[in-house]
Amino acid sequence: MPDEPAIHARGVTRVYKAKPDPVTALGGVDLDVQSGEYFGLLGPNGAGKTTLIKILTTLLLPTAGTAKVAGFDVVTETAKIRRVINMVSGGEQSGYGLLTTREQLWMFSQFYGLANRQGWRKVDELIEITGLTGQKDQKVRTLSTGQRQKLNFARGMLNDPWVLFLDEPTLGLDVAAARDLREHTLSWKAAAPGRTLLLTTHYMVEAEQLCDRIAIVDRGKILALGTPAELRRRVQAESIFRIELDRLPHNGGINVIGDLPGVLSAVRVDEEVADGAASDRVALKVALADDSALTSVVTAVAERGSHLVGLAKSEPSLEDVFVELVGRGFGDEDGEESAS
Amino acid sequence: MSRYGSTTAKNPREAAEWSAGRVIRSNLRAVVGRAYPRVISLAREPSWLFFEIFLPFLAVSAFVFVYRALDAPEDFIGFVVLGGAMTAFWLNVVWMMAAQFYWEKDQGNLELYFTAPMHLMSILAGMAIGGLVLTSSRALAVIGIGSLVYGVTYDVQQPFLLAGVFLLTMIPLYGMGMLFASLFLLWGREAFHLAELLQEPIYFLGGINFPLRAIGPLAGVVMATLPLGVGLDAMRQLAFADSGVQGVLPVGTEVGILAAMAVVFLAAARMALGYLELLARREGRLTLRWQ
Repeated sequence: MPDEPAIHARGVTRVYKAKPDPVTALGGVDLDVQSGEYFGLLGPNGAGKTTLIKILTTLLLPTAGTAKVAGFDVVTETAKIRRVINMVSGGEQSGYGLLTTREQLWMFSQFYGLANRQGWRKVDELIEITGLTGQKDQKVRTLSTGQRQKLNFARGMLNDPWVLFLDEPTLGLDVAAARDLREHTLSWKAAAPGRTLLLTTHYMVEAEQLCDRIAIVDRGKILALGTPAELRRRVQAESIFRIELDRLPHNGGINVIGDLPGVLSAVRVDEEVADGAASDRVALKVALADDSALTSVVTAVAERGSHLVGLAKSEPSLEDVFVELVGRGFGDEDGEESAS
Repeated sequence: MSRYGSTTAKNPREAAEWSAGRVIRSNLRAVVGRAYPRVISLAREPSWLFFEIFLPFLAVSAFVFVYRALDAPEDFIGFVVLGGAMTAFWLNVVWMMAAQFYWEKDQGNLELYFTAPMHLMSILAGMAIGGLVLTSSRALAVIGIGSLVYGVTYDVQQPFLLAGVFLLTMIPLYGMGMLFASLFLLWGREAFHLAELLQEPIYFLGGINFPLRAIGPLAGVVMATLPLGVGLDAMRQLAFADSGVQGVLPVGTEVGILAAMAVVFLAAARMALGYLELLARREGRLTLRWQ
């Protein structure tokens, strides 16, 4: 069934027993992730991302609703799902510290049903790919956090999963290690087009770099879903430009620009000028009803003795989208992971 | 791009179809995989030589000196040495079987076991087999050193039967451990208190340091519940055939009891595991580390 979604969820709800009141971690999620798609769930702690992954990986039962992975029901066809998925979590400390990197991967290859020789071959291949050759005979307990997460990632690849779940995979990693891991994820995708990835993260860059589509999740609900470009457009109807001038326009300054037809607002943002302290250069953030109004802005400043020295169109970041949708930033979380 | 290879199946539906043979082979591989860390730890952690051979030997020695001070029959020394060796198996069952799932949960292994394409009984079986290999080496060392130092003589007329009874004892004993693994996880921290609480009574009821027949009618309770006690009683009868001390029941009967216990404990372990998995998925608090 080539057209069957890799992940299909309808009305998936999960309520945890808690005192004094039950906690609704997922409140009726509808989601379709197509085969071969890299899909991101973006949201703060407590948003319900992990709960959704646990349901899809057969670790949790939904309280209500239905979900299928690779066409198999998460409640009744768990054995089949487990043969085609794998999962890697951030900060994972799985396995046994007394084993070497190579031994640990081989042990997991046996859990995934690989024959002995096939297992060792796959282990050596993944050790090389993930750059753990230098640590292959090192005990797992002596690995650094980054090396450890590479090991976890290699574990997740052992059974060539059709659907891979990455739950905050770069949590706690330094910049280089996180970038390495993202590159591995992209290589994995490139190796076989049918592979599907569901990634949860609260790193915007990660979601944007890895995912074809993203769902912004908060308090157990999907607030928006689309490609990164679609999501950005969603919160920005107007065009925003950053204009740098060699000096302020005569006769009215930036008010002249603000009064032009098609200009919604014009704000001076001098702190963004790199050498603002050493010259008269000024930077303006100008919001236009549409791009065509830009011509009149450029003409108006030229007529008033200013020269354009820089022009850039500002795109909203995913964080802007998140703030717009949720009403708060990631740093202002009030959810709790215990509910997710 | 060939990095990360490519899947051999054409689609996930095809990849998920496993023959019965493949399911069995996969589960057997999982058993071997889980036994591996336990077996390899023999070579990796030599500290066990002190903690698990020398210290048990000291415990055995205390009883040896008590019996010698009381002029007890010399066979009692052999009973104590054999009992000391069997203690290692009980400790292994309590702390490395029963408590293991609880620790695996904390490490994050349990959720990976749940999502792997194998039955959790294979993991338990791997833990048991690995534990058995590991503990056998320790038990043999205790027997060897104890016998050598205290001059124990054995009268084994049916060595194969003795070996068979030992192996048969291990099945319900580790079956009990597999059952406790699920129960400990369900009961959480209280389970550890329970294990500690059980330790001394098991030493007593299991007749670790004395012939089980000495406890009178209580031996009947042991015969019905404790594979360690039943197996030890049968092994003593077979290892010290010329001793004047009788077992609680004839060896044949005790073998029958052990076989029945093996079935009961393994079936109970299977049921408890099924219930645990259901509860884990329904409540979400057993496999998720932070819940």
